[in-house]
Amino acid sequence: MNIIVLAKHAPDPESEINVASDGKSVDERGLVFDINDWDRYAIEEAIRIKEEKGGEVVVVGVGSKCEDTLRKCLAMGADRAIKIPVDTSLDAYQTAEVIKEAIKDEKFDLILAGMMSQDLNNAQVGVLLAAMLDLPFATAVSAISSIDDNSLTVARELEGGYNEEVTLPIPCLITVQSGINEPRYVSIMGIKRAKTKEMKEVDVKPTISTLEVEKMYLPPVKKAELIEGDPSEIAEKLIEILKDRGLV
Amino acid sequence: MKVFVVAEHRMNELNPISIEMLNLANAIKGDGTSEAIVIGKDVGAFAEELSKYADVVWKIEDDSLENYNPELYVDVLLQLFANNKPDVVLIGNTSCGSEFAPYLAAKMSAPIVTDVVAVDTSDGIKVSRYIFQGKLMTDLKLKDAETCVLTIRQGVFKEGSEVNGEIKDSGIKPSKEPARKFVRYIEPEVGEVDISQADVIVAVGRGIEDESNIELAEELAELLGGVVAGSRPVIDNGWLPKDRQVGISGKIVKPKLYLALGISGAFQHVMGMKDSELIIAINKDPEAPIFGVAHYGIVGDIFEIVPELVEKLHEIKG
Repeated sequence: MNIIVLAKHAPDPESEINVASDGKSVDERGLVFDINDWDRYAIEEAIRIKEEKGGEVVVVGVGSKCEDTLRKCLAMGADRAIKIPVDTSLDAYQTAEVIKEAIKDEKFDLILAGMMSQDLNNAQVGVLLAAMLDLPFATAVSAISSIDDNSLTVARELEGGYNEEVTLPIPCLITVQSGINEPRYVSIMGIKRAKTKEMKEVDVKPTISTLEVEKMYLPPVKKAELIEGDPSEIAEKLIEILKDRGLV
Repeated sequence: MKVFVVAEHRMNELNPISIEMLNLANAIKGDGTSEAIVIGKDVGAFAEELSKYADVVWKIEDDSLENYNPELYVDVLLQLFANNKPDVVLIGNTSCGSEFAPYLAAKMSAPIVTDVVAVDTSDGIKVSRYIFQGKLMTDLKLKDAETCVLTIRQGVFKEGSEVNGEIKDSGIKPSKEPARKFVRYIEPEVGEVDISQADVIVAVGRGIEDESNIELAEELAELLGGVVAGSRPVIDNGWLPKDRQVGISGKIVKPKLYLALGISGAFQHVMGMKDSELIIAINKDPEAPIFGVAHYGIVGDIFEIVPELVEKLHEIKG
């Protein structure tokens, strides 16, 4: 089973998020980049399939700084990496297009990606790529229940705790929901081995975006009434509130 | 503008997002039309309901459309749009909507923006959406697109009025067999506690840091006569069972007290608890979106505050 995994080098939403001085982008200072959380589950799933079925896992990243994430995937167990060193920020459509171009000579049975990125939360690149390659696809996959040379059966997460089970022929593309597995930690041996693995750069020129960011800003929200003080005072005030409501 | 809305339904229930999108369509159509599309095996009742809020309702019926399938949905939609060119196509930002919308957009060579919360048509089409799990917002302009596809966040466009339009039978049938096949629905897991019935919920998020710290939440919950629940990261890590998950993909809860410990407040989660009677949130990040939905907020360390609270509750209980 040959598997391509899409992995984004993305800022952690838990890091310090500020709007840059142009009012249209995020201030990179304060951002902590790592592999997109959903893609961590995708690479783990791919490595598990490979461990069971054999084959090769190729990880693809977009962006001139994506190397750390690709190395991490190699250290986890991917066999080789393709880096698309595009400098500008791309929209989802452009991203899918450059990936399509970069993998055009690859033979694959399966493409795996995280269902969305942790920074832009678009949840588009995987499906757009499936459309461009005319592949059957499923998103938000919470479990792969069976897989053979010709097809796979997966559960997709719906709302309210429900899932739907669907079958897909191979080749196909799936995007995975977080929690589908427990991603492994990177071992020292893995890091060492990763250094000798192939990292190929493929230059692809992106097309022009159909979207223009006009503005980025802090969302207007009503704020909670803040309770302040030292921990003991705060606990005291909380108990007063709970008593007032008959909850204590 | 001609604004199409792809209605969503599952297991004989129309998803309210369908009506919300029609409210939006009616607000932006100008002297154009709002046109709902309902796809399924037998959609007459849904069409009746939708026609209250749409100028036109298109029925697309076939036995093979009984269960949602992204390939067939896109197949029949492309047939409908071939003779009825949309200016805007609205699709719910749901599990299924967010799945087929990008596929449809790519097949139409149309730009797409997902999880939209505001649409401004005063000068071209401009939309707003959240990024970074709700911490930032961005306004995007769709440049000279003839048709665009937008997926719409649920719960935003609740206000609207009836327009009482007509129902049309499209006569459209799928033109192919889908490669992907529906097998079955899998019911939610049922655990020993139903959190949706609890009066008090102590909910933990990523900020609980480690499985061993769940105990602290359990102690607090017990003192308050409540149960422990969690947000997605806690469930993903296996620290709490799936049936304790609060949010769109888990359970919707409305307890008398919802105490959120170390929960940032992603939309997925907030939709599951925003109607709780009293929401108190403790989080060390002052910008956490949870403070936008909480009645009381504490910017601080749960590991300093919760033990104090537990101690004082023990004193009260003697």
